[in-house]
Amino acid sequence: MAILSYEAKYRVRGGGLIPGTPFDFWIGPFYVGFFGFTTLVFSIIGIGCIVWGAAIGPTWNIWQITVSPPPLHYGLSWPPLYEGGLWMIITICAHGAFSSWALRQVEIARKLGMGYHVPVAFSAAIVAYTTLTVIRPLLLGAWGHGFPYGIFAHLDWVSNVGYQTLHFHYNPAHMIAVTFFFTTTLLLAMHGGVILSAVNPPVGEEVKYGEHENQYFRDTIIYSLGPLGIHRLGWICAINAGLWSALCILISGPFWTEGWPYWYDWYLQLPFWDQLDLPGLSREM
Amino acid sequence: MSRFHSLYTQIQIRGPADRPIPVPGRDRNGIFGPFFSIWLGRIGDPQIGRSYLGWWGWIAIVTGSISIMIMGFNFWAQADWNTVAFIRGMAWHRLDPPTGDGLYLRPLNQGGWWQWAGLLLTISILAWWMRIYTRAKALGMGTHVSWAFASAIWLYLCIGVLRPLIVGSWEEAPPFGIIPHLNWTATFSVLYGNFYYNPFHCFSIVFLYGSVLLWAMHGGTILGVARFGGEREAEEIVDRGTSQERGALFWRWTMGFNANFESIHRWIYWFAILTGVTGGIGILLTGTVVDNWYLWGVKWGLAPSYPDVYPDMVIPDAINRTSLDP
Repeated sequence: MAILSYEAKYRVRGGGLIPGTPFDFWIGPFYVGFFGFTTLVFSIIGIGCIVWGAAIGPTWNIWQITVSPPPLHYGLSWPPLYEGGLWMIITICAHGAFSSWALRQVEIARKLGMGYHVPVAFSAAIVAYTTLTVIRPLLLGAWGHGFPYGIFAHLDWVSNVGYQTLHFHYNPAHMIAVTFFFTTTLLLAMHGGVILSAVNPPVGEEVKYGEHENQYFRDTIIYSLGPLGIHRLGWICAINAGLWSALCILISGPFWTEGWPYWYDWYLQLPFWDQLDLPGLSREM
Repeated sequence: MSRFHSLYTQIQIRGPADRPIPVPGRDRNGIFGPFFSIWLGRIGDPQIGRSYLGWWGWIAIVTGSISIMIMGFNFWAQADWNTVAFIRGMAWHRLDPPTGDGLYLRPLNQGGWWQWAGLLLTISILAWWMRIYTRAKALGMGTHVSWAFASAIWLYLCIGVLRPLIVGSWEEAPPFGIIPHLNWTATFSVLYGNFYYNPFHCFSIVFLYGSVLLWAMHGGTILGVARFGGEREAEEIVDRGTSQERGALFWRWTMGFNANFESIHRWIYWFAILTGVTGGIGILLTGTVVDNWYLWGVKWGLAPSYPDVYPDMVIPDAINRTSLDP
């Protein structure tokens, strides 16, 4: 079943980003394309380096395998291969593979006459990854500020970097990012639920369409955004979840060096109430 | 070159308002609207309402309002009834649960306000669930949205009610308050040895991030095929058109696998639901079945054992501890 019943009429050459490319063909269900080829090359090298890093490491336990960035004292110079060099190569390959994947999505969208909304959204995720592994380490002056490539190793990194600012939940951009994550998931549940409930009505009821979907949300929460609007909102909220995540870690260190709880001093010390000696809250919170 | 008309509506066509679909009680209980908003019309439907207020809506709004008022007046009291201090400290004010063991009802100023606020908030949420359920029934639709909402309620109940019931104390339930509930979250993680090693927390995060990923993919796909009318999903489900074919082929060619317009909504529905379901399980296991998630992770090989580099620490005996108390 490599080909769907209606697929043949869509599988035509041309329309990609690189005219006359010799990679303009499919393998099974996959479209290849020039950027599929580059994705493959970067992936093989990158994953190969991860396996290499695991092989020289102390364990084959999948949860504990990690390829770490170079020690901080190497700064922005190129480290020896076994002291973060592999991490550098993996990071370069990841950027190559992710960008190739996005460009391949652009080519497929062009072939199908679609808008570029999917690769645009994917780019937000790439930006977040670049922020963590390139931009923030550059601003802090050492590649060692990137995160390690390991399952629990990267969780430890998140935990440790969070506590370096005392309490990361106080980071206002982190608050916004988390709010976007939760809101996006709420919208997803509501949208998935209403579509399923329209086309899977109780026994004996007819299938419902947009009129009932609108009426359901007008009845329950006053307003229905409508079929086009909900996809605009979900798409933009998902992108914002990624971008605000990138921003919240970008400002932690390069632009705010104290604990995040202290960031609120400007608010508590606004001239309007700073001299009032108000009850209920200490200024030193 | 593509012009992204699909991101906002440039030309709004304004006809008569949609009439409510007739259901029993609709005329008596209809409220609010219909109104039109040109600004909402830029991204979505310009029509607001006409909405519905039945008994479940009334109960939810009244109990929810009282609950919020209890929180608000407690906050105001913390500010010594000083309005400026009340406003300034809005993010920091807190309403704490009762301390100590025992699940009985406490005097109002010793955690009783927290218990009443929590009880009324819970009644409000459950009444809102009834509203979500009964409105779907009234319209002859499936009840899928209400079961997704039930997943969020499950997480809420696990944190605020079920786990306190299991451990026999309200003390570890979260306080009401913006910063205070964030402090509770961080403290809860550290108290039980790093929540990142809690496998159900891992699942919950995977489903949360996966939900955002799926929204980006699904929203992007539908906006990408909007020029073929792809946003009319229910119609495309029962009668496949070129927009569904293109949307499916996009993912088939990209990653070798595709959903269809119905199954993608099953994927997103379950990802969103499992975020709350797995999160609640992770909460219930914490401090009941597992005391320290980091040590649990060491036990099961998720983390290497901590190197034994420090000398054995002498644990003070009970007498020493008492004498050290201030």
